Amino acid sequence: MSKAPKTEAFQKNLLEAGYIAERSLAATLLLFTQLQRPLLVEGDAGVGKTEIARALSKIFDCPLIRLQCYEGLDVNTAVYEWNYQHQLLAIKLLEQTEINPAKAEQDIFSEKYLLKRPLLQAITESVAPVLLIDEIDRADEAFEAYLLETLSDFQISVPELGTIKGRCKPYVVLTSNATRELSDALRRRCLYYYIEYPSFDKELRIVNTRLPEVGPQLARQVVAFVQALRKTDLRKNPGIAESLDWAAALLRLKVSSLDQDIETVMDSLVCLLKTREDSAGLTRGEVERLVAGAL
Amino acid sequence: MRQAPARLEPQFAIDTLLQTRLIEFIRSARENGFSLGIAEEIDAQRVAQFSGITHPQHLRWGLRSLMCADRDDWERFDALFNAYWRPVRTQRKFQPSPSAPGAPQAAQREDKKGGGQGAAAEVDRSGVGTGRDAGDTGVQKGASRQENLSQADFRFLADAGQMRIVEDWVEHLARRMRRKITRREKLQCQGRRIHMRRTVRNSLRYGGTPIQLAFRRRIRLQPRLVLLVDVSRSMAMYSTVFLRFARGIVKAFADAEAFAYHTRLINITQAVRQADPIKLQHSLSLISLGWSGGTRIAESLTVFNRDYAHRLNDRSIVVIVSDGLDTDAPDRIPPQLEKIKRRCRKLVWLNPLLGREGYEPLTGSMMAALPFIDLFAPAHNLQSLIALETALIAL
Repeated sequence: MSKAPKTEAFQKNLLEAGYIAERSLAATLLLFTQLQRPLLVEGDAGVGKTEIARALSKIFDCPLIRLQCYEGLDVNTAVYEWNYQHQLLAIKLLEQTEINPAKAEQDIFSEKYLLKRPLLQAITESVAPVLLIDEIDRADEAFEAYLLETLSDFQISVPELGTIKGRCKPYVVLTSNATRELSDALRRRCLYYYIEYPSFDKELRIVNTRLPEVGPQLARQVVAFVQALRKTDLRKNPGIAESLDWAAALLRLKVSSLDQDIETVMDSLVCLLKTREDSAGLTRGEVERLVAGAL
Repeated sequence: MRQAPARLEPQFAIDTLLQTRLIEFIRSARENGFSLGIAEEIDAQRVAQFSGITHPQHLRWGLRSLMCADRDDWERFDALFNAYWRPVRTQRKFQPSPSAPGAPQAAQREDKKGGGQGAAAEVDRSGVGTGRDAGDTGVQKGASRQENLSQADFRFLADAGQMRIVEDWVEHLARRMRRKITRREKLQCQGRRIHMRRTVRNSLRYGGTPIQLAFRRRIRLQPRLVLLVDVSRSMAMYSTVFLRFARGIVKAFADAEAFAYHTRLINITQAVRQADPIKLQHSLSLISLGWSGGTRIAESLTVFNRDYAHRLNDRSIVVIVSDGLDTDAPDRIPPQLEKIKRRCRKLVWLNPLLGREGYEPLTGSMMAALPFIDLFAPAHNLQSLIALETALIAL
């Protein structure tokens, strides 16, 4: 059996899971499921980085565990935390009983009182889950180093409890928006994929699939407009999510063609323009020109 | 629609020839600046097993994901892949000036980064070298690529009186510089917010009554200063004071680093840290070949990015001291500065000429650098440096 049909089959699976992927992405994802390396996905905001993880978890029919990174993320929120309330309560209850102190301590620091946070949860699932580590660039370097260690050993040590060995190797997808340069070590450990803004055809397919009620004519216009808008010098380019929002908004506003009512189109541009400079910079004349081009 | 995350069987047997070719490909990528290790060589074999060579496109996609680490790599990969796997005819297209296989890595890198201007720059360089080879006594204004082979005198660094003024000021600066407050917290015996985990742990001792409280506090981290001092001839008047500055900084800040550059970049952190004036003199003299010669800012920054930039983090403040007179093409500077800027917190450029009446930063390199600079300030002697205190503290 040759490999090509396999990639195509996988591409079709992705499509069934609601994710429209290029063949090269499908090939990478197929490889990703085989090589057991984490996958690092980069690209501008709104090109569908996070959606990859969601689609994979649908295809494999396994849980999706998400760890949203932010500055100051620490072990207590990412890996595990002791359930203090229960521990304190247990201590009080143990006072009443005649139990030896060593055993009492062992009991208080047992898995019963351990709250699993995403990383620990991911490696102790019985079925390998998809672990999405979103916006890794927002966490600080210390956490990145810790993550690197966890991802290579798939085991976590809790001082009070000992080392917890992973029961499975999760499929790890990392996304980054490049607000900070990631360490070379992390980059090297990962497979890498850079997602570009979608081509006209791909974006049209996405809009048609996600919002079939928009209709082919308006969908075509919306996509052409957004594609042209991305070529102008915006501070923040609209992603696919914004295109979908805008198409949905136009549908609500009962616009069936962009040239039908420029005023309404102007009003609905809040879906696409996300900074003050951008909305001030896009004049009516400019919008009319873009609309004319999109028809 | 469960699709079996189960392993696929390898679909293609790989013969020894392909194995060798793959390893060679990874080696050549490594020479071209890709960061790859043994693990990648092994996984490349597995990629080939799954995709086979009958579908080159799949092999390309697979290897691309495996070998690239960032967008730069991503965009360069196709050319590299074509150059290696396609017939020799197309191979010529890749590198404008392909170097011999045995050539040192640094030279290859330079060719690649310099793009099409490789050969032209070479001619330029030798022209400068022979034309103005007037030796040490000849007056050389502005920038040149020539290295000065005489050894400079560093006794000034040991001048106790001057050094003390610098040290006092730098220590003052180090104390006052704004510390980055991290969101991460550390354990304290006093404070306002309770550290639950440790408190529970402590309370076990007292049968569950939290008598001994533990507190947490945010960590404040000192900025890491990285100093890049231009010590070329055009800067000769000022390098004394800046090397003193570097010495003070390296001593006062825990993990500061200092570099000197002219046509090459040299790490002088260890050297200036030495307390013994004779040893200091000795170790600086050893690395001073080329001191007070020409300047190659872009090249030095490239080397910095390649060898040292990975040490920068979001606490780093990079201070470049230079007059911006450079013999490298100005358009080589922005990409390098952008790389530094992406890794550090603030980028400071101190220009001794800026204090002069009527000077405007109009040299090509300076103009190219301006958009990336957070603080652009004059500094030509100790007094002007001290005057910068407020600006530096506020960074």
